Amino acid sequence: MSEASPAKAYALHLGVIVLLFVLSFLLPDYYHGLLARIMVLAVFAMGYNMLFGYVGLLSLGHAMFFGAGLYGAGLAIIQLGWSVPAAFAAGLACGAALALIIGLLALRTTGVAFMIVTMMFAQVFYLAILYFAAWTGGDQGQVVPQPARVLTFGATSLDLTNPTMRYMTALGLFSLVLLITLAVVRSSYGRVLVAIRENEERTRMLGYDTFSNKLAAVVVSGTICAASGAAYALLFGYVGSSFASVQYSILPLLWVLLGGAATTLGPLIGTLFMYYVIDLTSGYTSAYLLIVGIALILLVLFFPKGILGTIRQRWLGWLP
Amino acid sequence: MHFGPHLLLATLEGLVTSAVLALTALGLSLVFGVMRVVNVAHGEFFMLGAVLAWAITTAISGHPALGFLAALVIAPLIVGAIALVAERLVLRRLNYNPEATIVATIGMLYIIQQLALTFYGPEARPVEPPFSYRILLPWFGYSGYKLSIIAASALLLIATWLVLTRTKIGLIMRATQYDSETAQAFGIPVGRVYGGVFALGAMLAAIAAVLIVPISQAHYLMGQDPLLLSFIVVIIGGLGSLRGTVVAAVLIGLSDGIISMFFSPTLAKIIATLLVAMVLVFRPQGLFGTAAR
Amino acid sequence: MTPLLTTKGLSRSFGGLRAVDNVDFALMPGEIRAVIGPNGAGKTTFVSLISGRIQPSAGTIVFDGADITGLPTYVRVRRGIAYTFQITSVFANLSVYDNVALPVQLTLSDIRSKDALRTGVMSALERTGLADRAHMPAGQLSYGHQRLLEVAMGLALKPRLLILDEPTQGLADGEIDNFIELVRDIAKSATVLLIEHNMPVVMQLADRITVFNAGRILAEGTPEAIRENKAVQEAYLGTAP
Repeated sequence: MSEASPAKAYALHLGVIVLLFVLSFLLPDYYHGLLARIMVLAVFAMGYNMLFGYVGLLSLGHAMFFGAGLYGAGLAIIQLGWSVPAAFAAGLACGAALALIIGLLALRTTGVAFMIVTMMFAQVFYLAILYFAAWTGGDQGQVVPQPARVLTFGATSLDLTNPTMRYMTALGLFSLVLLITLAVVRSSYGRVLVAIRENEERTRMLGYDTFSNKLAAVVVSGTICAASGAAYALLFGYVGSSFASVQYSILPLLWVLLGGAATTLGPLIGTLFMYYVIDLTSGYTSAYLLIVGIALILLVLFFPKGILGTIRQRWLGWLP
Repeated sequence: MHFGPHLLLATLEGLVTSAVLALTALGLSLVFGVMRVVNVAHGEFFMLGAVLAWAITTAISGHPALGFLAALVIAPLIVGAIALVAERLVLRRLNYNPEATIVATIGMLYIIQQLALTFYGPEARPVEPPFSYRILLPWFGYSGYKLSIIAASALLLIATWLVLTRTKIGLIMRATQYDSETAQAFGIPVGRVYGGVFALGAMLAAIAAVLIVPISQAHYLMGQDPLLLSFIVVIIGGLGSLRGTVVAAVLIGLSDGIISMFFSPTLAKIIATLLVAMVLVFRPQGLFGTAAR
Repeated sequence: MTPLLTTKGLSRSFGGLRAVDNVDFALMPGEIRAVIGPNGAGKTTFVSLISGRIQPSAGTIVFDGADITGLPTYVRVRRGIAYTFQITSVFANLSVYDNVALPVQLTLSDIRSKDALRTGVMSALERTGLADRAHMPAGQLSYGHQRLLEVAMGLALKPRLLILDEPTQGLADGEIDNFIELVRDIAKSATVLLIEHNMPVVMQLADRITVFNAGRILAEGTPEAIRENKAVQEAYLGTAP
């Protein structure tokens, strides 16, 4: 946030992107695929962090924005036969429109009521997917056919089902959203968001229309989550209602809490770490929800700033 | 069957749902009213009650009523003890911060659900009702046990109301609800009140589950619907209001039965959830509550 | 000359209590006006009505010729009414720089210009003597410096009317002297409405004084006239002239 050392911050973020790029050539197949998935989900977490970390609004319904992107893009291909870029744009548009409506309604409430209202709207979204099963595929979900997941520019075509292509596309989206987040956080708009989190009344008394600013943040956050969902549908070829369930509203919260709320790299670290823990324990137990539950409680009890938040507080004050 | 008897049947079924719902929602409402904690794990306490009822009735041989009565006493006590431990170990350490406690109770939800799956399994298992007397109405026979659920729930609600309004414990709880800091200053052990209220809330859910389990079977995911419906009841009835909770429970219970006769259950849930979200957005004090303090 | 701010029949009740009761008030551009009165006289409620933090039960507020009664707070601030809080409420976790940058960036036509932002912030910090603390977290400032930061944030809005709610409360004597200089400096470019308990400060600064009692205006006039006013002496100054 502060004016100091912007160069250091940009160098760190570019370093992370370069590292992820290099990893693509070093990782064995299994981890290569997993990391591509993690990068896409980290985008979801970054979108969540935009609202939760910087504005301090705790939503329990962000699965609906991920779902809007997932189904917006997936169904555009499956049902309407659209091309990949058009489907991706459709996913973004669905997420942005949904976020605008939800923001206008839910932002009339604060605190606990905001959490419950967002959870209920997400539940409505989830149930609607089940109800319109003829179109959405219901809880069975639908596969996005492989031939449709190819980007064509004139003579060249990029096959998103190819592992390397998929990894690079995921990395591209991740890098873009990471740099956007960094730019927003360092901008004057980011300063207003943090001010709202710290003291909304005071921010209003400094001449800011806090409602509009919060609404914009909900839309940006929802659109980023929708981008993650749309990319998920296009890269991994499956749309299913479980991605819109309550669990997928809780997971980004967990990732962000773990990595560190209001840190730009926290969402990636949290997503990565959680997958690592689940992967590590999968040999002993299939009860991964147990780990999620225990992690949530331990985090709020002993580690509310998360990994990067603690590092920033103790050692690296310049971390964005 | 003609429309009249049909409606009577739907109303009776609706009242059974209402009775169980009122107890469950009252637990959620008490915890929110006194502690300002939104307990997302409330449905899991309900599920635990049902699963324990199955375990207890299976362990006790002899007349089914014997096992059932034992379950009705023991299951809520065990659930209450678990809730008390959770309150001590987690919620208290979070200073009852509303947002942190929601995240923590989501964690509890996952833990309880997953443990139930691991130790109890994915099957739905029946519990035998304590008696199987059927009341013969002119048009159809109706389960006497279901009617006794309505009666039992009504008795428990009246008892809770009496405790809240006529006893010292109730006074202490209301004082804590009104202003915990002042209550503390007047020597009320606020920490113990919170622990007791959280346990009591969980026990009410467990009792409701034991009552309903002979009709609906025990399953590790059975806590989800009661949680959602309890939220709906508490929001419609006004947060922390006993009268509003009961009125809303009857309303929701009856309409749930009647609506699901005309709409698909999924559509009914969509409409109900959307309406309740709108109530929370536009009338946060609930339909029956007065404006917030 | 037309007044910068007028109120007509302005009232606000809380339950049965009429905190502000039918107040007609006018403020001329460029003056330093002090509002005084016993505790509970309705001073803070009155300025909160002007700034828009609370809505009036009745009456109108006109600022710069336009009725602003129904306008939300942030619009009033943008029109030039800045308010500094009685209870210090700087953003404790943000740096001093960021605290002032928030109001400064609102006044900039090009919010992308980091140079213009820096210039604006540093000039507000220099006027309040906080320039060397720009990168400290605001919560780590001493109490007196936090009060100054409040004023810096108000100044940075380039207000036409700056409302200071008990600015010298809790300040040491030396700090108060500097503060008086600061307010005189501010008054060169803005009208100042000052709620203050410290009578020497009021007498030194104010061009005119408005005395509140029980939600109404009891008296209004120059410091000398107020000092001589019998009703005021009874209601307020009687015990400590």
